[in-house]
Amino acid sequence: MAVNDTLEGTRKIVEEAEVQRPNLHPLAPSVNDFNQELTTLNLGPTHPATHGIFQNILQMDGERIVSGVPTIGYIHRAFEKIAERRPFYQITPLTDRMNYCSSPINNMGWHMTVEKLLGVEVPKRAQYIRVILMELARITDHLICNGILGVDTGAFTGFLYLMDEREKVYEIYEEVSGARLTTNMGRVGGMERDFNDVAIAKLRAWLKTFPAVMAEFEKMFNRNRIFMDRVVDVGAISAERALNYGFTGPNLRAAGVDYDVRVMNPYSSYQDFEFDIPVGTKGDTYDRFMVRNEEIWQSLRIIKQALENLPEGPYHADAPHYYLPPKQAVYKNMEALIYHFKIVMGEIEAPVGEVYHSVEGGNGELGFYLVSDGGRTPYRLHFRRPCFIYYQAYTEMVVGQTLSDAIVTLSSMNVIAGELDA
Amino acid sequence: MADQNESPEAQEMAAAQDPAAQKNAQLLGLLHRLFGAETFTDVEEPYGLLTATTTRERIHDIIAGLQQDQELQLNFLTTMCGMHFPEREGQELGMVYHLHSLTQNIRLRLKIFFPIADPVVPTLTDLYATANWMEREAYDFYGIIFPGHPNLIRILNVEDMDYHPMRREYALEDGTREDKTDLFFGR
Repeated sequence: MAVNDTLEGTRKIVEEAEVQRPNLHPLAPSVNDFNQELTTLNLGPTHPATHGIFQNILQMDGERIVSGVPTIGYIHRAFEKIAERRPFYQITPLTDRMNYCSSPINNMGWHMTVEKLLGVEVPKRAQYIRVILMELARITDHLICNGILGVDTGAFTGFLYLMDEREKVYEIYEEVSGARLTTNMGRVGGMERDFNDVAIAKLRAWLKTFPAVMAEFEKMFNRNRIFMDRVVDVGAISAERALNYGFTGPNLRAAGVDYDVRVMNPYSSYQDFEFDIPVGTKGDTYDRFMVRNEEIWQSLRIIKQALENLPEGPYHADAPHYYLPPKQAVYKNMEALIYHFKIVMGEIEAPVGEVYHSVEGGNGELGFYLVSDGGRTPYRLHFRRPCFIYYQAYTEMVVGQTLSDAIVTLSSMNVIAGELDA
Repeated sequence: MADQNESPEAQEMAAAQDPAAQKNAQLLGLLHRLFGAETFTDVEEPYGLLTATTTRERIHDIIAGLQQDQELQLNFLTTMCGMHFPEREGQELGMVYHLHSLTQNIRLRLKIFFPIADPVVPTLTDLYATANWMEREAYDFYGIIFPGHPNLIRILNVEDMDYHPMRREYALEDGTREDKTDLFFGR
């Protein structure tokens, strides 16, 4: 059924549905007075089951969804506009607050874009550390998504198991950057700090204990009859429609397309690691859940490889004009102090040029399109936010299904409001 | 850090050995064959991504042709966004399209520029469902109008706004304040 997010389109769909449906009950309303029969349901903006501030104005025929209009923009913070007035380092906090479930990926993606523009070569050790952090971020992103999908189907236990693991990953972040959620741990040219021994010890300990928890979580859900009844064939989208809608990431792979930015356009040494791209077949909620589970295992594989082969050497490029020195160096070293001021005050001018760089975010291809006119700030910065791109398919995916299906479809798509509205 | 002081000859040599540059040359040849060489101006390869400027009269045909082309399969609209250059007389507004071929792994950036007095651009919603919200965003931020769009209303900003805030004439901060000049904030 074609979906049109206008009111006229809604009415047309409703009229068609009315004509096709036989009048089963003698007291049922006639074809003409569909207005009395349809319920308009405001799912959101602050509904506990929507995991963020989205509004979906659904037209319900009893328990069935006939059509819907998604409305967004509730936490729009004008990041693209703000970025036009800020030097590159002051944009990093903005990127951190887009997909806040996996902020290191946004952060690294932004730094890589700037490095591409400035022509800074990042040493191998920093690249491997970035890979480890980005894969940890992907795991936490998927843990939240799958854990909450469990909650939406009525299983709270899995969520508790996984939140505990997420806390442990946050402790690793804390060791590397000092922060837990909006970490801001990258720098142009490398990392702010090296991976210290405590962080590596914590990471190794976590790598030992986490697989057992993950396996138990999978055992709890993967073949669970109740769970499968709720998610199999729910919210399905074909590969063709998914591509037309610009899906990327796990949502596209669940529909059967093995597109992964890490493989197709490798960045930050991803070509050095061995991993598989899990794909689904039907593109339904169950496939999305399973693809995310499998991706967690693949991410663990990448982290293990990166940790084993972690090269020795500097953790940042020798690019004093661009690399913001660590705070400890600023206190003791005059050169570091000078460059710190120059960079923080935005004295450094970028070359003229335009860059598009994309990374595989938690939800798909996260792209940065940066136009520089040679000034100290970007002339134009556009974020390709995967959530913004694929959330418009939501109503098409839930039409004809029940309200409870709409909830699990929404949570399995993993729409993050911060990234949607930017 | 890459050496930016390299001689032009050395840069050309490096480009000849670069597989990405060869791919771009092939893609450009195909574009010229399909749509005519005069259609594309300002052809560049910033950071390895083939970029070409065309006109708004041709943009819909070109993107539709690339979508249907069996050889290239440039059938993924990665992103599109508006731009504003107030100093370019008659070409103030622009749209940038990023296309991607998932089978061949070829990316292409197309641009169009048009006057701010007549900000009308053909819609791509008949080709790509994903263009729907991207065009609404471009309308919201830059006031670019897409005739034929099913639902061209503001998307991220409030509906009763009467200006398009990403245009360059709207300063981010209060222009009347003197304590917040660029001088003090390094901008």
